This record gives sequence, structure tokens and C-alpha cells, in this order.
Amino acid sequence: MKINLDQYDKIFENKVRLQIMSVLVANEEYDFISLKTLLDVTDGNLASNLKSLEKEGYIEILKTFIDRKPNTRYRKTEKGKAAFLNHLTALENLIKKRYT
Amino acid sequence: MKEEDLIKDISQIRKLMEKSTKFISISGLSSVLIGIYALLGSAYAYYEVYGFDSQAGYRDHYVNEPLVIVKLMVAALLVLVASITTGIVMAKRKAKKLQQPIWNQTSKDLLLAMTVPLIAGGIFTLLLMQRGMFIAVASSLLIFYGLALVAAGSFTFKEIKGLGMCEIAIGLLALVFPGYGIIFWSIGFGVLHIIYGVIVHNKYDK
Repeated sequence: MKINLDQYDKIFENKVRLQIMSVLVANEEYDFISLKTLLDVTDGNLASNLKSLEKEGYIEILKTFIDRKPNTRYRKTEKGKAAFLNHLTALENLIKKRYT
Repeated sequence: MKEEDLIKDISQIRKLMEKSTKFISISGLSSVLIGIYALLGSAYAYYEVYGFDSQAGYRDHYVNEPLVIVKLMVAALLVLVASITTGIVMAKRKAKKLQQPIWNQTSKDLLLAMTVPLIAGGIFTLLLMQRGMFIAVASSLLIFYGLALVAAGSFTFKEIKGLGMCEIAIGLLALVFPGYGIIFWSIGFGVLHIIYGVIVHNKYDK
């Protein structure tokens, strides 16, 4: 059986990026602090992975101020959502291949 | 890529999607306590309206005497404040146990979803009272509260939707059988909360 691996996305090989995308696909938007506590990662780790997802055009950043404190929220783009779903299909196919 | 890695990836995705969209720190026991407060409040209201030693069905007072109305409103407010405090304190405790923040995106969404029907219901009920339509007060509070719970159901345990629908049904019944508002009130805010609390406690708190 031939498996189409085009859908497998290298970006999501990184655990944190895959996790960020899972949260953003399930939610309309999510803020930095909530994301950090949920994934239990350091500021730097989260920020750099968010940046690479943004560079890829998978997420967009919304910067606002609440009581003059910066509040950064993230949202998936259509491209990001499609890429994530494709990646999931690829993972499923890989598993199916092993059991058939 | 190894097989365990694949399976772990997928289960992690599933867990995160669930955890990031559901607020799971609601305590079942707090719902039982809230039900008990409501029953105590109803017992007090019954005593105020029907008197202590009167025969069943014979009223000492009617619910349109100003003093009685004030007393009942104070009692209702006390029950409300005690319930909200209990709910928050116990949710905080459970959140700490689960090592989850109590104030996150999901709890904000949950609160917003509930606030809209609750405020609408509160204002609606006050207007009913202002117009002297006391017959619909118990009913409207139950219905709007039920709507708030159904709205909250998208962000926490799905059982809360069922509780909401029962509250709405009881609220509608309260208007079909007017004059028994206090009984429907005790069932809706008292008995149903206790049953729901026990179910959630047995299913999620253990």
C-alpha cells in the first residue's frame, strides 16, 4: 500500500507547535498566558514556536491592551487550520498502514 | 517516526482540545450545598407566607404585602450570594487540585455565556414584580436560569445542559400551575441541584 506523505507537515514535528495548533483549532482564539499555563512551557519556548507558526502563516496575532497591560491573543488562519487537518490525516494514515 | 510517538501525539492533541475548551473545575459538592441553601430559603419563605402552625393551604399572608415581599427578596438575595460564594470557593479548590487555572479563556467564555441570560432574566423578573405580576416570578427565574445553564453547557460538563433543560421545564410547569411557585422553586433550585451535584460528584470528582 502506498501512503501519500505530502500531507505530513514538518512544522508540526515540533510537539509544542502541534499542541499550540490543537488548542487554536478547538478555540476561536487563545491568549498567551492561558496557552502557557495549559501547555506548561516556558515563555521563550512558547514565543519562539508561536513566531515560527506565524511566519508560516498558520496563525495570526491580535495585540490589544487591557487596563494598559498588553494582552496578546492568537487565532488560527484558514491556511493553518487546513495544514493541521492535513497533518492529522497523515498521522492517521501512518497508523493505519502499520495495522493493515 | 515510531508508533508510540504517533499514538502519543494523537492522544495529546485530543486531550488538549478537550482541556482547552472545557472548564472542568466545577465541583459537584458545591451544587449539593447550593441545593440545600435553596431548600432552606424556600422553607423560610414558606414560613413567612403560610405561617408556622396554620393548616396546609391556609395562608397567613399573601405575596403582595410589601413587608413580605421585602423579606422574601432579602432571603432570595442571601441564598444567591451564599450560592455564588460557595460555587467560586469550591471551584478554586478543585482547580488547585487539578493544577488548572480558574481564570482562563474557557472560564471567561463560560461566564459570559451565562451572564447574558442571567442579566436579562434578572431585569425581566424585576419588571414583572414592578408590574405586580408576581404569578410569573418563580417561573421566569427558573426559565432564565435554565437557559443560562444550557448556554454554559458548551464550556463544561455536558450534564449541565440536562440540568438546564429540567429547570426550564419546571419553570414552564410553574406557570401552568400558578400559586405553587414555592414548590416548583424548591424542586428547581433545591432538589435538582442536589441530584445534579451527586451525579457530577460521582462521575468526575472521584
